Amino acid sequence: MKRRWRDAPTALMMLAPSLALLGLFVFYPLVRAIWLGQQACDNTGNACHSVGWSQYIDVYRSNEFQNALGNTFTFAAITVPLGIILGVGLAIVADKHLRGIGVFRTIFSSTIASSVAVASLIWFVLLNPQLGALANVFDGIFPVLKRPGLLNDGGTALPAVALSSVWAGLGFTFVIVTAALQSIPRDLYESAFVDGAGSWRRFTNVTLPMLSPTLLFIGVVITARAFQAYGEVDLLTQGGPNAAGRPTETIAYFIYGKTSRISNQLGLQSASAVLLFIILLVLSFIQFRVLERRVHYAN
Amino acid sequence: MPTSQISTLERTSGWAKFGRYSLLTLIAVIVLLPVYAVVMQAFKTGAGAMDHPRSLLPVDLTTETIRVAWTKGDMGTLMRNSLVMSVLVTIGVLATSLLSAYAFAFLEFPFKRTLFALFLATMLVPAEVTILINKRTIDSFGWKNSMTGLTVPLMATALGTFLIRQVFLQVPSELREAAALDGLGHGRFLYEVAAPLSRPTLGALGLLSFLTTWNQYLWPQTIIDDTEHRTLQIGLSRLSNADINRLNLVTAGTVIAAIPIVILLIVFQRQLVRGLTAGAVKG
Repeated sequence: MKRRWRDAPTALMMLAPSLALLGLFVFYPLVRAIWLGQQACDNTGNACHSVGWSQYIDVYRSNEFQNALGNTFTFAAITVPLGIILGVGLAIVADKHLRGIGVFRTIFSSTIASSVAVASLIWFVLLNPQLGALANVFDGIFPVLKRPGLLNDGGTALPAVALSSVWAGLGFTFVIVTAALQSIPRDLYESAFVDGAGSWRRFTNVTLPMLSPTLLFIGVVITARAFQAYGEVDLLTQGGPNAAGRPTETIAYFIYGKTSRISNQLGLQSASAVLLFIILLVLSFIQFRVLERRVHYAN
Repeated sequence: MPTSQISTLERTSGWAKFGRYSLLTLIAVIVLLPVYAVVMQAFKTGAGAMDHPRSLLPVDLTTETIRVAWTKGDMGTLMRNSLVMSVLVTIGVLATSLLSAYAFAFLEFPFKRTLFALFLATMLVPAEVTILINKRTIDSFGWKNSMTGLTVPLMATALGTFLIRQVFLQVPSELREAAALDGLGHGRFLYEVAAPLSRPTLGALGLLSFLTTWNQYLWPQTIIDDTEHRTLQIGLSRLSNADINRLNLVTAGTVIAAIPIVILLIVFQRQLVRGLTAGAVKG
């Protein structure tokens, strides 16, 4: 009991910087946002008054939020499976003891060097109907690349934004899966080989089960990224192309985007942000609770 | 591992090797194709970049576009701001994480478990929820359009505390007790023993913090609206508003913006992999 209190002043001093920052910039704004979610404010964000907690339900049910939620789910439905399949595929192809494999590994992980802004602008130019090399060189095969251009067509804009996100995230998944592959004990493959398992059986019976915790982790990370997708939308489409339908407005863009219908409405923005937080919590919970049963942990 | 174990499985014939190299090369080409196209366009004039498919060939190269992008985009300022912001946040994260990790690993105090759980809980809160309010907090401090406002709120992370605490927990308690007998206080023990022991983790965490801060988009966009403090990620988009005939200024800008990170990654590849996988096994 004495020891418990003797260190307390030292501990408080050491924890003070982190406690102050996390308290002021994570806990306080979270509580404040939850409170503001049931308020209506003027354009400056001051002069707020309560309109009742049912505002959360109203926001959730609104066409605008449902549209953003649907877009975000579509975005995740493209980026999560594609990101995992491509990352795992690349890592497995490069998981061989060959001369010069390091060069290929460096190339495959190279998109880590691109930020969301750099990746988005790269694709902005590549897909641009006037300047873009992709749009012009493949014009004959995919006319939509040129007329009106993937990002300017309401039907293809969201997949095009997702494509740039998948490309930008490829390096990250590749690095993680490569590290996980290297930690699989080789004698597992050896015994499977001795038992007569072909390379496909070795993949499904050894590699996949051993990778499953990593795949779960990557899935959670890419899902969270999809629900926080803002920069790529801001740079590529601003929620458009056509202002009415908002086919690329993700939840994050709905809250913060300059062209969003609720920009400058602090109460509605707060309610949407808290809803985003709740949805992410529920999703992570489902991913961990439901999927964890199918995940194989060594030891 | 014994080499005999690898050999039965991985002994490959010449043809299999040829096939594997072809596959690797094909994938490398696909991954690098966008980068190649962008670099080619960055080194052409506006007209040359629109001349398809000649625009993809390494001909008519010029550094003019890069130079124009550098001055027109004010990229020197952007890069300096991004660099200062990332370095400050990294130092801040390392310092606050070391201190709080030490408290959680070596000290006994009331409510320790509760506090640690609260720390971890902050990892669940996405920045998108807090930025609305943090913008107003920064405004009220008078920190809008300042490096202070940009960096201070990012200087504490639960992930950093968690990762370093994991290393500290490996330190045998006898070591701490012996040091205490020698009259070494907590501050000096942290500085002379614990921190040096955690150097690899500090390196990985530092690199990870630097990269995440460098790539911040929404936060600087919210806090900064003058040209003086704008960061690279925000400032780049201004080039895309240039006229359509010189849209390849944007590609030149992205090439310039990517160079520092490419260099960083080549130099610190090992630390980066450590950092990313440390994050990956945190669950």
